[in-house]
Amino acid sequence: MNESRQFTPELLEEVNRIVSLFPEGKQKSALIRVLHLAQAHFGHLDTEAMDYVARLLHLNPIEVYEVATFYSMYDTKPVGKVKLEVCRTGPCMIEGAEKLVSYIEQKLGIKDGETTADGLFTLKSVECLGACGYAPMLQAGESFHEHLTEEKVDALIEEYRANPVANYMGLK
Amino acid sequence: MSENSEKFTVTIDGKTIQVDRGTTILNAARQIGGEVVPPAMCYYSSLKGSGGKCRTCLVEVSKGSEKDPRPMPKLVASCSTTVMDGMEVKNKTSERVVDARGGVVEFLLLNHPLDCPVCDQAGECKLQDLAFEHGHSKTRYEFQRREFDKIDIGPYIQLHMTRCIMCYRCVHTANQLTDKREHGVLHRGDAAEIGTFIEKSLENDFIGNVIDVCPVGALTDKTFRFRSRVWYTKPMDASCECSKCSGKAVLWMIGNDIARVTGRKDENGEVTDFICNECRFDKKELSQWKVEGPRKIERSSVISAGHYEQEAPAHTPLLNKA
Amino acid sequence: MSKKLLLEHIDVEGIRSYEVYRKQGGYQAVEKALKTLSPDDLVEEVKKSGLRGRGGAGFPTGMKWSFLAKPDGVPRHLLCNADESEPGTFKDRYLMEKIPHLLIEGMILSSYALGANQSYIYIRGEYMFVMRIVEQAIAEAYANGWLGKNIMGSGFDLDLAITPGAGAYICGEETALIESLEGKRGNPRMKPPFPAVKGLWQRPTVVNNVETIAAVVPIVNHGGDAYAAIGIGRSTGTKLISASGNINKPGVYEIELGLPVEEFIYSEEYCGGIKNGKRLKALIPGGSSVPVLPHYLVCKTAAGEDRLMSYESLADGGFATGSMLGSGGFIVYDEDQCMVRNTWNFSRFYHHESCGQCSPCREGTGWMEKVLHRLEEGHGTMEDIDLLWDIQRKIEGNTICPLGDAAAWPVAAAIRHFREEFEWHVRQPKLCLERNYGLVTEKKFEAQPA
Repeated sequence: MNESRQFTPELLEEVNRIVSLFPEGKQKSALIRVLHLAQAHFGHLDTEAMDYVARLLHLNPIEVYEVATFYSMYDTKPVGKVKLEVCRTGPCMIEGAEKLVSYIEQKLGIKDGETTADGLFTLKSVECLGACGYAPMLQAGESFHEHLTEEKVDALIEEYRANPVANYMGLK
Repeated sequence: MSENSEKFTVTIDGKTIQVDRGTTILNAARQIGGEVVPPAMCYYSSLKGSGGKCRTCLVEVSKGSEKDPRPMPKLVASCSTTVMDGMEVKNKTSERVVDARGGVVEFLLLNHPLDCPVCDQAGECKLQDLAFEHGHSKTRYEFQRREFDKIDIGPYIQLHMTRCIMCYRCVHTANQLTDKREHGVLHRGDAAEIGTFIEKSLENDFIGNVIDVCPVGALTDKTFRFRSRVWYTKPMDASCECSKCSGKAVLWMIGNDIARVTGRKDENGEVTDFICNECRFDKKELSQWKVEGPRKIERSSVISAGHYEQEAPAHTPLLNKA
Repeated sequence: MSKKLLLEHIDVEGIRSYEVYRKQGGYQAVEKALKTLSPDDLVEEVKKSGLRGRGGAGFPTGMKWSFLAKPDGVPRHLLCNADESEPGTFKDRYLMEKIPHLLIEGMILSSYALGANQSYIYIRGEYMFVMRIVEQAIAEAYANGWLGKNIMGSGFDLDLAITPGAGAYICGEETALIESLEGKRGNPRMKPPFPAVKGLWQRPTVVNNVETIAAVVPIVNHGGDAYAAIGIGRSTGTKLISASGNINKPGVYEIELGLPVEEFIYSEEYCGGIKNGKRLKALIPGGSSVPVLPHYLVCKTAAGEDRLMSYESLADGGFATGSMLGSGGFIVYDEDQCMVRNTWNFSRFYHHESCGQCSPCREGTGWMEKVLHRLEEGHGTMEDIDLLWDIQRKIEGNTICPLGDAAAWPVAAAIRHFREEFEWHVRQPKLCLERNYGLVTEKKFEAQPA
C-alpha cells in the first residue's frame, strides 16, 4: 500500500467534520467534498490520492475513480498551480469569451487546455459558471473574476504570479 | 377484472395475458412471447438495477389502466415500467415505437465500429440482431468514431471499449457476484468508458460472467478469441462437479476439442446459472465434463447452422451411460 | 405587501450577517410558524399561495409536498437544489450570496412542514465561495438557536448542512442530485420510484429549488392568500429573473409575475433596453433549454396579445410560437448575434453535460454539436438542417431524464424560427464566417417599439 499521500491533522479533522454531517454509515456522502480537499492539498487527484481518500472513507477505490472522473472540476492529471477557467457558454460567448481565451493564450504562450512551462498557470475553457449577467468572466480557484477586460486580465495574472497559493479550491 | 384480484390483465399488440402485480411490461411481453417482445440491450432479469438505459425497449402505453385509461404521453421503457390492470401497450404496432427504436439503434451504432466480419461476437451479437431488424443499411454519421485500444483485464478477459454500448451489465454483474467490484464506469457522456482506471487484472472467481452478459463484443473470452467463428462450433449442454458453482455449462465444440465454455442462456439470451472462472477457463478437457446433449439453439440463429448429426464426441465415457 | 418579497432588504448594509437580517425582521416567520402553525397548516398555506417550483418545471410546491410519503419510523429529508447551472441563470447564487439567512429561514420552515429533521443544501462546486457564505450563516443560525435540537422550545429538531457538487449540470436533475449527495456519479435514476417515496438513502425526500424555499418565508409572514393575490392567474407571487445578453442593465431582478415582457426589456427599472441602440433579434426567456423566440414573438404572442412574464403567457402558442418561463434565465440577443453559432454553443454545452447513461442523449448530443459546428463553419449542407431536426426529434422524450429534452428543444426552436439563417450558412459558406446574418425578416419587425 502506497502511503505517500497523507492529510495534515487539521485536514483530517475537517474530514471528520464533513463525515459527521451525514448519518452513521453514510460517509460516502462526504466523498465529493473530501475529493475537493484532496485535490487542493495534493495538487491533483492521482491514483495514490484517490486510493488514500478511498481508505479514509472506507470505500472501494473504483467507487472513487468513478466519481473523480465524472465531475469536471476534478483533475486526475497534473495542472498548473492556478487554473484560469474561462466560461464559454451562451451569454459569455456573446460578451467575448472567445477573444478573452485568445488573449490569455497569447499572453501566457499556451493553448486552451495547456499549462505554462513553469507549472504556474493552466488555461481551460469551461461551461456555464452562473455569472451570465457579469460576462465575460473566469474562475480561478474559488474566486470569480467578472466583467473582464484585457487590462483586468493583465492585473489578475500579475496578482496570481505573486501569490499563486491563495488560489486553491476546497481549502479554507 | 376487479381491483383487488391478484393478477393484472395487460394487452400488448392485441395479445392479452394475466400477470402478477409488479410485473414489468417487458416481462409480461416475454410471457406472451414471440413478436410482441421488445428488444432489450441493457436489461437483464437477474441483475438488480439493470435496465432503463439503452432505450431499445421503449413502448407506447395507449391505455394506462382500467381505472385511468389515459395514454401515457411519452414512450416508456418497458423493462422498468410495471403493468397496471387493464393496461394496453403497443410495441410493433406503434409507429412511434418503430420510429423511436430505429433512432435508438442508430444512436447505438453511431460510435460502434461496423466491422462485424472481423468481430469475435459476430453471430451471437445482440446489436447485430437489433440492427438487422431495425436499422438502416446506411449510416448518416460522417464523423470520426471513438476508438479505444484493446486491453486485457486479467489473463482471460479482453475489453475492447470501442464496441461497448454502455449497458452497465458487467458492472452490475461485478456488484452482485463478487465481493469487491474493481471495474466500473469512468468519465461521462460519450467519453464514458468501462474500465479499472489503473491497469488491473480482475481476479474474482465469478468475474468471467461479464463475458456472458455483454451484449456485444466488448468483453470477450481470450481463450476463445478468433479460434473459430461461433457458427462453426457445436454447443453441447454439459455439467461437472464444482464446489464453486452449479457446474451447468455449455461446451462449444470444434470436433472433439472444447473451444469455449459459457453459461447456459434461456430463450431471452440471459444466463440461467452463473458459472465460475475455473469451469469457464480451465476445464477444457472433455473428461472433466458430463455431456448431456446438444444445446437447443433457436433455428433463426446462425449458430444452428452447425450440425448435430454426431450427438456427442464418441469418446465421452459418461455419455454412453445416458 | 411590497412587490419585492425576496429582495426587499437586499440593499441593507450587512444583510448577509445574522444580526442585520434579524433586525430586518428575519426569522419572524420561523417564530410564527413554530408557535402558531402545525406542519399541515404550513403545507396548506403553501398550497393556498399557489407557489410553483422556481427551478424550471413550475410544479405546484404545495402539491409536491403533499406527495411525500410518511411511513412510520423512516426519516424524511428536504434537499435544497442550489446546483444552479442552466446557462443564463444566476439568481440562486445572487440570493445565497447576498442574503443567505433567507434561504436558511426557508429551509427551517419547509423542513418543519415536511417533518424533516436532517436537511441539506446541495450547491454546485463552482459556487464554493457562496458555500462558505452559507456555511457561515448556518453556523450563526445554530449559535442563535434557529437550528439544532428543540428549536425555540417547539420540540422541533433540525440539522442543516450544505454540501458541494464538483462540476456537473446534470446534478440539477433531482434524482441525479440525490445520487451525487450520496457520493456517487450524477446519473439520474429511473422513475418510479419517485424521490417522494424513495429518495436520499432510499428515504422519502423532497427536492426544491433555492428560490422556491426562500419564497416560503414571505408566504408564512404574509399568508398564502396574500401571496396568491400577487401575480397573475396561476402565476402567483414574484419571480427572480436573471437577465443577461445584449441589454444595458444585466443582473438579477425580482418581478411580479405578469409584468409585460416589453416593460422588462425596455424600462429603466429592469433591463434598460438593448445595448448600443441595436435592435432585438431573439429572446430565450427561461434558461438555455427553453425554445428561443424570434423578435416578433417576444413582446406579443402569435395571437397579438401582450406577452407577459408568467408561466402561461410565455408558453402561449406552445412550442410553435411560445416558449417557457423555466428558471427565469432571460437571455437577450441583438441583431448582430448568430443563431447558428448560439445553437452550436448550447449544443456543445449539453454534449459536455450529458451523463452518458442512456443512448439517445449520450450519442445524440455529440452528433448535434458536430453537425451544428459544421454548419457554423460553412461546411454544412441543406440536408444537415433536416438531419439536425431528425436527431433532436429522436432524442426528445426518449431519454431517462429531461436533459435530452433540454438538448433537443433549443435546436428545434432555432430551426423552427431561424431556418433562413441556417440555409444562409449553407448558401454563403464564406460570408457566414465574415459576418452575421442579421435579423430574420424585416417585415416581421413592426411589432417592436422604436
